[in-house]
Amino acid sequence: MDVMTVTQVEAEDAPSPRSRRTWLNRKLVFGGAMILAVLLFTLLGRLFWDTKLARAASSPLNLAPGSPGHPLGTENSGRDMLALLISGGPTTLQVGLVVGVTSMVIGIMLGFAAGYLGGPVDAVIRTISDTALTIPSLAILIVVSAYVREMSVFTMALIVALFAWAGPTRVIRAQVLSMREMGYVRMARLSALSTPNIMFREMMPNLLPYLAAAFIGSASGGILAAVGLEALGLGPQRVPTLGMTVSNAIQGSAILRGMWWWWGLPTLVLMVIFIGLFLIAIGLDEIANPRLRGAKA
Amino acid sequence: MRGLSVNYVLHRIWMFVFTIWASATIMFFVPRMAPGDPVTAMITRITAQGGRVEGSAQLIAAWRERFGLDDPLMLQYLQYLKNLATLDFGYSLAQFPTEVSEMIGRAMPWTIGLLAIATFLSFLFGTIVGALMAWVKTPRVLKVLLPVSLTFTAVPFYILGIFLIYVFVFALGLFPISGGARADLDPGLSFAYINSVVQHGTLPALSIVLASMGFWALGMRGMMITVAGEDYLTLAKAKGLRPLRVLFKYEVRNAILPQVTALVLGLGSVVGGTVLVEYLFGYPGMGALLYQAITNSDFTVIQGIVFILILTTVTAVLILDLVYPLLDPRISYERR
Repeated sequence: MDVMTVTQVEAEDAPSPRSRRTWLNRKLVFGGAMILAVLLFTLLGRLFWDTKLARAASSPLNLAPGSPGHPLGTENSGRDMLALLISGGPTTLQVGLVVGVTSMVIGIMLGFAAGYLGGPVDAVIRTISDTALTIPSLAILIVVSAYVREMSVFTMALIVALFAWAGPTRVIRAQVLSMREMGYVRMARLSALSTPNIMFREMMPNLLPYLAAAFIGSASGGILAAVGLEALGLGPQRVPTLGMTVSNAIQGSAILRGMWWWWGLPTLVLMVIFIGLFLIAIGLDEIANPRLRGAKA
Repeated sequence: MRGLSVNYVLHRIWMFVFTIWASATIMFFVPRMAPGDPVTAMITRITAQGGRVEGSAQLIAAWRERFGLDDPLMLQYLQYLKNLATLDFGYSLAQFPTEVSEMIGRAMPWTIGLLAIATFLSFLFGTIVGALMAWVKTPRVLKVLLPVSLTFTAVPFYILGIFLIYVFVFALGLFPISGGARADLDPGLSFAYINSVVQHGTLPALSIVLASMGFWALGMRGMMITVAGEDYLTLAKAKGLRPLRVLFKYEVRNAILPQVTALVLGLGSVVGGTVLVEYLFGYPGMGALLYQAITNSDFTVIQGIVFILILTTVTAVLILDLVYPLLDPRISYERR
C-alpha cells in the first residue's frame, strides 16, 4: 500500500508533457466548442429563421415546443422562442466582447503604468483599483441603470465595463512588476530601447496567457452583470435579450404554469455560454500558471 | 502589535473612507446627469398608470422642497453627504410617510441571516471540496465526481435558483414558492415559526451555496497545489506523519489564508447576486426591497439600500485587512 502511494505521488508530481497538453487542450477545446456552438446556432439561425418573430406579438400565445410554425413554442405575448434565442445569444456575447475589450484596454494601460513606472503612479492606480474592487458593482450598476431608463446594449456594456477594469489592472500590474526585473527586460533597457518598445514588443508577448485569462474573466463577469440587470428588468428594453426573456418568464410565473420552454431554453443558452467561458478561463489559467498543470481536476 | 504599523492602519482607514466617498459620489452625480428628476418622473409614472394625482403640481413642489431639488448642486451634494454620514436616508418616495431607514431595518435581518448562513456553508463545502481535489490520497471516485460539482460555479445564483424552483417547488412540491415565513404565524421563537423560516430559506440559500461553492474550491485547489511543493510538506511526509494530520495541520492550514481574503473580496459579488436571488424567491430581504424600489422608481430607497450594501462590504474588507497580519505571521506590513 505504501509503495503504491509513493509511486502515485511521483506520478502526480511529474506528469508527462503529453498528458499535460491533453488536459489543457481538453478544457480549452470544450469551452471553445461551447461558445462556438452558440455562435453557429445564432448565426446560422439568422439565415434560416426570421428574427423579427422575436418582436411580433401576432403569433398565438403560450404554444408548447413542436407546435406548427413555432418549433420551440411561443411565450405569453406570442413571441417565437426560436427567434428569441437566435437574436438573444449574440447580444449576450456582444456585451461580453465590449466589456472584455474595454476593460482590457484600460487594464493594460493602467497595469503597465503602475507596474512599470512604479512609485507614486503605482500608489495612485493601486488605490483607485482597490477601491473599485471593493465596491459592490452590481449594486451601483442597479442604481445607475435605474436612472438611465432607455439604453442600448452598447451603453449597458460600457456602463458594466466601468466596473470591470480593476481585475485585469491588478493582474497585469503584478505580472509587469515581477517581469520588470527579469534579464531580458534589463537587457532591453540597457540597449536603450524606448519604453513603449520594451512594454509592447518585449513584455507583452510574455503576458499573453495572463491577458487572455483576464479578458475571458472580465467578459464573463460583464455578461453576468448584464444578464443580472436584464433579469431585474433594467436592461435595454427594445432588444430581445436572453436575460430579459428570463425576467419576463419569472414575472409571468412561467415556472408554476409549467411553461418550461419559456424560462428553460434561454437559461440553457446562458448556461452554455457561462460554462464555456468558465472552461476557457480555467484552461488559460493553467497555461499561465504552470503549477496548476500538474494536478488533475 | 506584531505586523501592524500605525502607518498601515491609517492607510487602510483612509482607503475605507475614500471608497465610501467615491461610491457615494458616483451615486449622487450619475443620476443627475440623466434627464428629468425623480419626483416629476414618479408623478408622471403614477399618472401614466391610470392613477390620478390630486393637485400634483403642489405635491411636486412640496417634494422638491423636501428633497432640496431646487438648491444649487453643490449644496445638494453636501447635504447628501451629511445625510449619508448620519445614515439619514429621508422618506420613501413611493410610500411617502415611511422612512427609508425603517424599511431597510425591516428587511436587513432577513438578508443578513440568509447571507451569513449561505456564505458560511459555501465557504466550508467549497474549501473541503477544493482540498480534496488537490489532495494526493483522495479516493479516485471523488476525484472524478468533485470537478462535476464545479460546473455550477459558472452559473449565476439566480439561474440555478430557477432550476431549484422548478424541481423542488413545481415538480416535487417540497418547498414554498416565496416569502420569508408563513404569514399566518406570529414571528417569534416558536418551533412552527422557525421551521417555516428554515423552509422558506432553504432554496435561496441552496442556490447561493451551490453556485458559489466552486469558487472557493478552485481557489483552495490552486493554493493546495502551490503549497504541495513546499519543503515542510516533504519533511512532514518523510517523518511518517499520518496523512490526515499532514493534510489538515500542514497543507490546509497553509493554503487557507488566501481563501479568507477571497471570502471578503467575494462578498461584494455575493451581496450583489443575493439581490437577484431574493427577487426570484420573493424573500423579504434587502434585495427584494431593492427590486420593488426599482419598479416603483423609489430613488431614496434605492440609494439607501445600495449605500448600506457598500458600507457593509467596505467595512468587512477593512476588518479583514486589519486582522490579516495577525492571522498570518508570514505577512508583515512593517517593511512597507
